[in-house]
Amino acid sequence: MKEEIIIAGFGGQGVLSMGKILAYAALLSGKEVTWMPSYGPEQRGGTANVTVIISDDPISSPILDSFDTAVILNQQSLDKFEEKVKPGGFLLYDPYGIKNRPTRTDINIVEVPAMEALFEIGNAKAYNMLLLGALLAARGTVEVEDVMKGLKKTLPERHHHLLDANEKAIRKGIEIVQEKLLPK
Amino acid sequence: MSNDKPEVMLMKGNEAIAHAAIRYGCDGYFGYPITPQSEILETLEALMPWETTGMVVLQAESEVASINMVYGGASTGKAVFTSSSSPGISLMQEGISYIAAGELPALIVNVMRGGPGLGTIHPSQADYFQATKGGGHGDYHLIVLAPKSVQEMADFVALGFDLAFKYRTPAMILADGIVGQMMEKVVLPPQRPRRTNEQIMKECPWAATGDAIKRGHPNVLTTLELDSAQMEKNNERFQATYRKIEENEVRFEEYLTDDAEWLVVAFGSIARICQTAIDEGRKQGLKIGLIRPITLWPFPYEEISRLSKKTRGILVVELNAGQMIEDVRLAVEGRVPVKHFGRMGGIVPDPGEVLKAIREKLIDEQE
Repeated sequence: MKEEIIIAGFGGQGVLSMGKILAYAALLSGKEVTWMPSYGPEQRGGTANVTVIISDDPISSPILDSFDTAVILNQQSLDKFEEKVKPGGFLLYDPYGIKNRPTRTDINIVEVPAMEALFEIGNAKAYNMLLLGALLAARGTVEVEDVMKGLKKTLPERHHHLLDANEKAIRKGIEIVQEKLLPK
Repeated sequence: MSNDKPEVMLMKGNEAIAHAAIRYGCDGYFGYPITPQSEILETLEALMPWETTGMVVLQAESEVASINMVYGGASTGKAVFTSSSSPGISLMQEGISYIAAGELPALIVNVMRGGPGLGTIHPSQADYFQATKGGGHGDYHLIVLAPKSVQEMADFVALGFDLAFKYRTPAMILADGIVGQMMEKVVLPPQRPRRTNEQIMKECPWAATGDAIKRGHPNVLTTLELDSAQMEKNNERFQATYRKIEENEVRFEEYLTDDAEWLVVAFGSIARICQTAIDEGRKQGLKIGLIRPITLWPFPYEEISRLSKKTRGILVVELNAGQMIEDVRLAVEGRVPVKHFGRMGGIVPDPGEVLKAIREKLIDEQE
């Protein structure tokens, strides 16, 4: 298998960390992986994105022109990356703050009201984890168990008391997408 | 932890350099922060090797100070290194020339960004000329290694130091913002002990170790020579070393060159973007191959010359306006067309753009 993923949003939304945890989970499940961030002033506001490639085989280019999956967290990123999803690919996006919704009909579009759901679980800081859960449910790229192990590795030990809260957010994201994708 | 299976880690290229340096048994690092390579200094500070191996890590007051600290450390036979990005490496050129003239081993890491001037912080390969043709004053060369992956960032630390000590000449890791900032899997080398003073005295009999009495004579290291005849002799000695390096240390990697009608030449992380473009081109029936020089100096002239005899045209892909292409043209000697595709100032082409360039600049021109 090979999955090419772009995660894009505002700096500070946890785009890069979400990619990092995904990359760790892929590493733990024995895959090849590259994580290529947009680096620089974006971390202090403006747009930020990260390309994560997960594959059974060695990975050539870490820079891509099209993606299997896009996780989009703001309008600018939607405008930029909607056209770069491969036909038949997945676009997950949070409608919060989105004025012009995606219009393509040749890709799978999954609306994940993540910002809204945060209030429900009462944890405003777990935004990226909720979206990561949504991605896992939609794509099944890696296992939740590996994500939790990845979190444990990337989170400094002094923050390990937050692992449960993060898992809760991931589970919520999974739940939202499963409800949407299950035939009614 | 068991020793039979090496631990696979996930980290940035910059972080891998820091880890690999400590594990090599490096004695000292002197540097000044600059994007996109600041994680080298940051990681070294976080790992605190002065508490474990005794390695010195110092944030100097400038790049000029850093390279002169490296000059001093190298004079004592210690394994020392510095790192910076393009504008900072420009500041170091005088010191690098002195280290080369002093016939001293040292490692310099350049994680290139878009120039000229202060430029951007994004990936570039525009320091190829500076790294491979001198950079500072005088007739000298650096051994220049161009890593394409996080694993090679780690591996080239030991390779760079080993070559620098073998030939008593400075080596450079010429990386770019992609391979510095990207995270990938990496297996780090095992921890080696730092060399003892006795080992340094034995392996580096030229070093100023403060043991003149034990040795019976002082070691004097200077790059000043007022007698021109002697200075010419020194130059002849440097050149003899460079010829030996050219003979023994050329490194490159080939991809699908066996049946290639068209050849791409690219170095560092850009070679990987070309590889994906080539895979796509092959699906469309285009017989394209790739040669990736790993040592930019010494340059693989002979291999590129050999390949040029069985290809119809060559495209050199670089993040600059056309630098390595000059060496490729020297190797090809006009046998086939050699074209260039480059992006500048921190812009990185994607595989689709590279394949379009291969078609338009190379194949369409000739068919």
